[in-house]
Amino acid sequence: MKKAKQLRASNMGKCIGCNACMLACARFIHKNFSPQKSAIQIRTQGGMQTRFTANICRACINPPCAEACPQGALVPRAGGGVSFQRNSCIGCQKCLVGCPIDAIVFDEGKNSPIICIHCGKCVQFCPHQCLSLEEVTIHVE
Amino acid sequence: MLNKDYLRVLYVDLTKREASIKERKDLYSYLGGVGLASKLLEEELRPRLEALDSVQPIIFAIGPLSTIFPVATKGVAMFKSPLTGELGESYAGGRFALAMFLAGYDALVITGKAAYPTYLSINGTKILFRDARPLWGLSIEETGRLLREEEAGSGFRSTLRIGPAGERRIKFANVNVDTYRHFGRLGLGALLGSKMLKGLVITGQEDYPIPASSKYNQTYENIYQKVTNTELMEKYHDLGTAGNVQAMNALNSLPTRNLQSSNFEHTEKINGEAFAQEHLGRKVACIGCPIGCIHIGIWREQFGKSHEYEMLNAAYDYELIYALGSYLGIERSQDILQLIEKVESQGLDAMSTGVALGWATEALEKNFISLRETIVPLAFGSTSNYLKAIDYLTQRENDFYFTLGEGTWKAVEKYGGQDFAALVGKLEMAGYHTGYASILGQIVGSRHSHLDNAGYSLDQSMKEIDKEEIVSFLLKEESERCLMNSLTICLFARKVYDLETVELALSSIGIRKSQTELLQLGREIFLLKLRLKESMGFELKEISFPKRFFQTPTLHGKLEEKFMDELLNLYQEKLKEDRI
Repeated sequence: MKKAKQLRASNMGKCIGCNACMLACARFIHKNFSPQKSAIQIRTQGGMQTRFTANICRACINPPCAEACPQGALVPRAGGGVSFQRNSCIGCQKCLVGCPIDAIVFDEGKNSPIICIHCGKCVQFCPHQCLSLEEVTIHVE
Repeated sequence: MLNKDYLRVLYVDLTKREASIKERKDLYSYLGGVGLASKLLEEELRPRLEALDSVQPIIFAIGPLSTIFPVATKGVAMFKSPLTGELGESYAGGRFALAMFLAGYDALVITGKAAYPTYLSINGTKILFRDARPLWGLSIEETGRLLREEEAGSGFRSTLRIGPAGERRIKFANVNVDTYRHFGRLGLGALLGSKMLKGLVITGQEDYPIPASSKYNQTYENIYQKVTNTELMEKYHDLGTAGNVQAMNALNSLPTRNLQSSNFEHTEKINGEAFAQEHLGRKVACIGCPIGCIHIGIWREQFGKSHEYEMLNAAYDYELIYALGSYLGIERSQDILQLIEKVESQGLDAMSTGVALGWATEALEKNFISLRETIVPLAFGSTSNYLKAIDYLTQRENDFYFTLGEGTWKAVEKYGGQDFAALVGKLEMAGYHTGYASILGQIVGSRHSHLDNAGYSLDQSMKEIDKEEIVSFLLKEESERCLMNSLTICLFARKVYDLETVELALSSIGIRKSQTELLQLGREIFLLKLRLKESMGFELKEISFPKRFFQTPTLHGKLEEKFMDELLNLYQEKLKEDRI
């Protein structure tokens, strides 16, 4: 049976809002100092008195973002989510609209979406084990 | 500024409702933080004019490592202090540094006075002067909510605001930053109030690509490991600074009942352990800090007979527990949280408020003032009266509370009671009655903060009292802290960021400075701050110490006034030599 990895944010009650995960994604994957250039986005629900939440790619099996892309730049990945074909992207942002939970952010500087590759760099830098990279079995339907 | 050879400064004139941006190549060598802010203050300050004159500037700055290195989380504010009339310098964490970084500014200079209540909306280069008339008079919490709802940038913005105390120019009003952090102590809130500036919301989308050849990733990771996998910072995470309550009490250093004592018999009910057991709901962090030292206490209050409750929360720290707890003889942790919540909602500095009320309590006991002045019978341990007194203070209810709102030193001038007013110069003391180094350090420190030069820490490590050692430690420490504060690293991480680490971190983002150059810069900034202070009229020789400092035992027993005077003289001599 084939396996694939997926990012999960199951323990967000433990989050302290340090943004170490965002900084890691920006630093390693998107080569940027700014935590805005991150596929994982930590938010409050209205100020610091509320709980922190993580806006992440949920690794859909038939990803609507891929369906929305007119260029075929988002290719469904075995095990959920998509892989991003940078050379095909025209920066139209239809994937952002296509994602029903607004999990994709846009990098204006590179004129392309920031797509989660489920690599687990953010997990590695979370000081409170809020995040995990889970191995899932790929079910062929 | 990252990837550039200049520092970018945003200038805002509230009178003209104009903003402009300057690229300051000439200030690049100051790196940022307190170095940059001191230079900008020197340029903009009118030293001999009143602190609340509309021409006076407010300077905010962040540092070159802000956000992008672990625990480089602070921003600095510099101004002429409405409380002391001399150097105002204050630090806050939260999201302020991140927001300035994303907006693309190393510093922000605000001058002038708005014609009506205004808040500033800064979104990168889009600067808006927005109407804050509906917000005037509102609490810190409600103002924060409305600003968040009006402005963009969720997750990447910082919301600064003053409460009613700042609007009414209470001289120790603070500026709240993102609910749980503050620019406190020296009255920045009164300065915002005098400018009709209710708040600022800062955000942006500045792009900072990492240069291909950069050693940044590796350097970041090394520092991150030091922060999270060593013992260097664990105490700040565990019980937090509240852990100091028990420690200071055991060392005869916990100011209690207006410093009539340095022990509190109820310490076990209000120490870090008690707060953690009874109230700790969660911990949160400033952006970029994996420690999360902000301890949030939760409690409930009944407001009706039919099991009617509301749930409240407030961030607690050592200084607040000391000032609104032991200093006022409060023995219930929940009462301390209530008092914290009260000063927070009004936008007052907790430490100055506690010390002012402690003095007022003893002044009433000793008949320097009467119930006519205090309205309620202030008494150590009486939470409900203190809660009322804080409202009277903010509302400037009568002549007495008006004067107290000008600073404890003003009230002493009018009503007497100087001997038992725990003041370092014109500032209410910090919560460390540890010995000579702590008191001298606060007196000579450029902003009279225990954090200027950490005398309280030397008191704890010094076995034999040695004048030379105290003076040379304070001078060296203050210079080094000027460097750390130019990088706006949280001082809790000072052991992580030794000189070699600082050099490596800067070099990994393209800033070459040797360790010698870094130390020189610290010294230069220290002297610059001294000059600024003196230009505002400060003279060390005018300093006097309240008798109370010598009546109450410290970690080193009772202190002698004569010895303290000798120490002060020695400090002045050494400083003079140092400046030549």
